[in-house]
Amino acid sequence: MSATAADPSLVADRKLVKRTNSSDRRFAAISHTLLSIWAVIVIVPMLWVLMSSFKSTGEILSSPFSLPTEWKFENYANAWSDASIGRYFLNSVVVVVSALFLVMLLGAMCAYILARFQFPGRRLIYYTMLAGLTFPVFLAIVPLFFQLQNFGLLNTRLGLILTYVAFALPFTMFFLYSFFRSLPHEVYEAALIDGAGDWRAFFQVMLPMASPGMAAVAIFNFLGLWNQFLLPVALNTDQDNWVLTQGMAAYAASQVYDIDYGALFAAIVVTVAPVLVVYAVFQRRIAGSVSQGTFR
Amino acid sequence: MSDTITKSEPASGRLTSAARGGRPRRRKLTFDRVTFFLAFLGIPLAVFIIFVLYPFIQAIYWAMTDWRGYSPDYNFVGLDNFTKMLEDDVFLKALRNVALLAAVVPLVTLTLALGVAVAITLGGPSKGPVRGIRGASFYRIVSFFPYVVPAIIVGLIWAQMYDPNAGLLNGMLNKLGLDFEAFAWLGEKTTAMPALMFVFVWGLVGFYAVLFIAAIKGVPGELYEAAKIDGAGRFRTTISITLPAIRDSVQTAYIYLGIAALDAFVFVQALLPNGGPDNSTLTISQHLFTTAFRKGQFGYATAMGVVLAVVTLVFAALVFTVNRLTGGGEEKSNARGFKARRAAVKGGAQ
Repeated sequence: MSATAADPSLVADRKLVKRTNSSDRRFAAISHTLLSIWAVIVIVPMLWVLMSSFKSTGEILSSPFSLPTEWKFENYANAWSDASIGRYFLNSVVVVVSALFLVMLLGAMCAYILARFQFPGRRLIYYTMLAGLTFPVFLAIVPLFFQLQNFGLLNTRLGLILTYVAFALPFTMFFLYSFFRSLPHEVYEAALIDGAGDWRAFFQVMLPMASPGMAAVAIFNFLGLWNQFLLPVALNTDQDNWVLTQGMAAYAASQVYDIDYGALFAAIVVTVAPVLVVYAVFQRRIAGSVSQGTFR
Repeated sequence: MSDTITKSEPASGRLTSAARGGRPRRRKLTFDRVTFFLAFLGIPLAVFIIFVLYPFIQAIYWAMTDWRGYSPDYNFVGLDNFTKMLEDDVFLKALRNVALLAAVVPLVTLTLALGVAVAITLGGPSKGPVRGIRGASFYRIVSFFPYVVPAIIVGLIWAQMYDPNAGLLNGMLNKLGLDFEAFAWLGEKTTAMPALMFVFVWGLVGFYAVLFIAAIKGVPGELYEAAKIDGAGRFRTTISITLPAIRDSVQTAYIYLGIAALDAFVFVQALLPNGGPDNSTLTISQHLFTTAFRKGQFGYATAMGVVLAVVTLVFAALVFTVNRLTGGGEEKSNARGFKARRAAVKGGAQ
């Protein structure tokens, strides 16, 4: 913009402002329209599932858009008993919570050592773990199957837990590695001077200081492990030990003839609800840590 | 917060600076220290080696055997499994299908995600400081929604949406007066693949949008001010400022999504467990799974796994090369400047 304060340029300036304002408005309108369309595409299937979970099969087929005429809560009871959702849900909780606890502990330990101590082979370990993160799980799935069989861990929840831990370990380690590296050294020194050994320095000083990072990784690991499907389908085929995702897939696949749509939708709602709650509670934190977590 | 680890930075530099930052020093080996090291490094490494590393190494050997699993004897067959693959029509079809997925899904998903991210972060009025659009956090939360739903459930939800009779899609189209009575979206060769791709996009856009939002927020505001003073419009700003500034994020996202498409299993398994009409949506991982756990041809199946890994690496190398050729990675110093500033911004926010 020219700085000469002549009248014509002032007029031009004002015109420019007006033009950008209207272009602003047009842009905002277009953005809102497109974003709203996307929001509708995202929300409608979920609402439809929620609504249908209260309807009878006949009603789902005849009037897909209306609210249920009578709320059939027995769909949930049917899903719970027919699909054994209760048992699978419990299995999922046991497996995911144990694996989450172990992977956070082991990952933090490993990351701490790699980030803060110098020793021969450190670099090798770091890059080997990086490689483990890069290769597709499918390459390992068959040998893994027999590895677990040799240990007698195939089709057990313990085997599944250990596998979950092993495959979530590299991601956890890399995320926490950068976190431990950024912690100030002085605090650690002070702890040592106060007479804390390595163990106490870690558990009482360093680990609490890393808790924001731990929380972020834990959320990601929870979502990832709760949603895990391939590993259980291949390595955990004993129906008593099935996790929720597995049970849901099998239940949906079994519904070929005489489908009880209402119960199927109810089962879907039950599966999704826990993750949505976690998301709703930690939504802000997830959004903030997405960039740090995935961009190593 | 000193800096976040980013993929593009040469990792060697990272390690040396780690050593500097960690200020390691030698101490004498006490009992306490030895047990500490053994437990802290030994246990995680043991788990990793037994359940991740060793199976990967085994896979490469088994890929060259004709092992059928439950019997202990097998023969070393060299590269026979790989030549067999070249004549396996089903495998070649699966390879073509995942190539198609890897070509389309990342492009569409990331274009949409970038659009959403730009509108949310920079869509506000052009006067004054750079601002997002009104209701930005609502759109952000909603578009992230599908990512937290288990992938298998996303697949099942859309399997119901596409259902010829009970599905909402046909219900809506019929309401609009179009005749889609009992049209099987997943049962027709022409529509099965696009329908599958749509589910990928639906499930993944939100996550990458949130990723890009974070990246864009790290771009220094002065750049946008400068572009505005130079008279750049919004489209121009997006292409010339935003995209180059978040180039690294786009590259990583492209590789992640490409891998997701090449390895596609869960969505496909939920929507089209039998490979779709005439195997038109069969993926390598599905074929591998059946070959191994249904037919018991473990040697051949692991060979497929090896091919899948190689294809994945080639894809990643391709993305890196394209990025390099179009000018990424060249401006190292520049990029590092961004990163430092981004880290500073993040540190301030925490």
